Amino acid sequence: MSAPPKIQLIDLHKSFGPKTVLDGISLDIMQGESFVIIGGSGSGKSVTLKCILGLMRPERGRILVDGEDVVGIPPRERERVMQKFGMLFQGGALFDSLPVWQNVAFGLMQGRRMDRAAARRKALEKLAQVGLGSDVAELSPAELSGGMQKRVALARAIASEPDILFFDEPTTGLDPIMADVINDLIVKCVKELGATAVSITHDMHSARKIGDRMGMLYHGQMIWVGNTAEIDRTDNPYVQQFIHGRADGPIKMELRH
Amino acid sequence: MNLLATVGRVFLEFLQYCGRLAIFAGLSLFHCLRPPVYTRLIGQQMLDIGYFSLPVVGLTAIFTGMVLALQSHTGFARFSAEGAVATVVVISMTRELGPVLAGLMVAGRIGAAMAAEIGTMRVTEQIDALSTLSTNPFKYLVAPRIIAGLVMLPCLVLVADIIGIFGGFLVGTYQLGYNPATYIHSSWDYLTPMDVISGLVKASVFGFIISLLGCFNGYHSKGGAQGVGQATTNAVVSASILILTTNYILTALFFDK
Repeated sequence: MSAPPKIQLIDLHKSFGPKTVLDGISLDIMQGESFVIIGGSGSGKSVTLKCILGLMRPERGRILVDGEDVVGIPPRERERVMQKFGMLFQGGALFDSLPVWQNVAFGLMQGRRMDRAAARRKALEKLAQVGLGSDVAELSPAELSGGMQKRVALARAIASEPDILFFDEPTTGLDPIMADVINDLIVKCVKELGATAVSITHDMHSARKIGDRMGMLYHGQMIWVGNTAEIDRTDNPYVQQFIHGRADGPIKMELRH
Repeated sequence: MNLLATVGRVFLEFLQYCGRLAIFAGLSLFHCLRPPVYTRLIGQQMLDIGYFSLPVVGLTAIFTGMVLALQSHTGFARFSAEGAVATVVVISMTRELGPVLAGLMVAGRIGAAMAAEIGTMRVTEQIDALSTLSTNPFKYLVAPRIIAGLVMLPCLVLVADIIGIFGGFLVGTYQLGYNPATYIHSSWDYLTPMDVISGLVKASVFGFIISLLGCFNGYHSKGGAQGVGQATTNAVVSASILILTTNYILTALFFDK
């Protein structure tokens, strides 16, 4: 008998007013795999991630994490489920008012009630894991470059050694070299933790590097799911247009003339 | 017909706003009363609201007291009632001008800062990051500000009362030639505990209003820099209007016999 999925989305629907963003998504993500959701802007990638994280509530459908339905659970239960998660936000979302080490140790001190000295040691260890020295620990996030902020955000995401890691556009806004550094770090951290990873991106280089499997969202529907190695061989015209970045094809950009 | 539809829509939007604000207020109070209590954050907010607002509130109070003495003297001289100047200053400051002016000044200084800070955290996904780190944003961001507002506004108003009365004393004795002992005697004789207590109760309510609207507008801001700017303006304008409205209601409750 095969293991149950780590995350299971069943017939997920979400709309904003008249605009349907998720239109019946179903997806199984297995324990230990790295799944990448690709798709154009406005295709529903971020909303999918926010629904899994409980930051948005779908109108219909179920989200199972380790077999437990997490849609609409009470706040206390949500906090318990959140302890399984680590999230790297697109812009880093580091807390401006706190120094770097407190950003990294935030979940340990607030969520897990770890004492300050131990949390600081753990934060320095995680900063080292993403290639940052202790000299940045006391700096404010505003004093760091974009790449360094992303690394601090990654250190924060892995600090509490979560079961499931989420990455929202991890390479957006970075130069190609730094983007590759971040991709390598993501692969390394996910492997070391033995975690399940869910990433959303439209950077195909990043998707190929960090993903074991991929799924493509288009108009709120999962139109293709397969292994990373298969994506170049698929004859799905939407996927082909997207991965080759062609203007011509079935995907029409909504432009106003 | 269109005009009626517009009026109806605006009215419904207003009711929706009131409903959201009432739910937000209920949740804020609920989280103020339930552990964990972030004492360090409450202390920090108390410093911001109380100590750092002292100069602006003190300056407002002293000049208000001085003007009040001067205007009362010129007005009362027409009826040969100059002896009532000290009483008018002390009662006006403690019952009305102390709490209302301190409330309006703090709404401008602190309400705007709260909306801007929390609004920036909202648009940069820092509030979402708090949730993913198993930290309830209401407990971490809103409750400390509400508690600090409730506690520190009465303290500020007490200081404003003393400074304002002292301003009236300075003008009365040095400029208008009242006998200092008689002035103090007149001030003290007609001051009742209810004058001071009503002012402090008003201050506490104003503190709650300022913190609540600062947090509410910031928490619901969207759309980047423009959204944060709009939230800041809304926080100050709505808090000021609500302070003046509530002031009338509380005055009627305390003194309308």
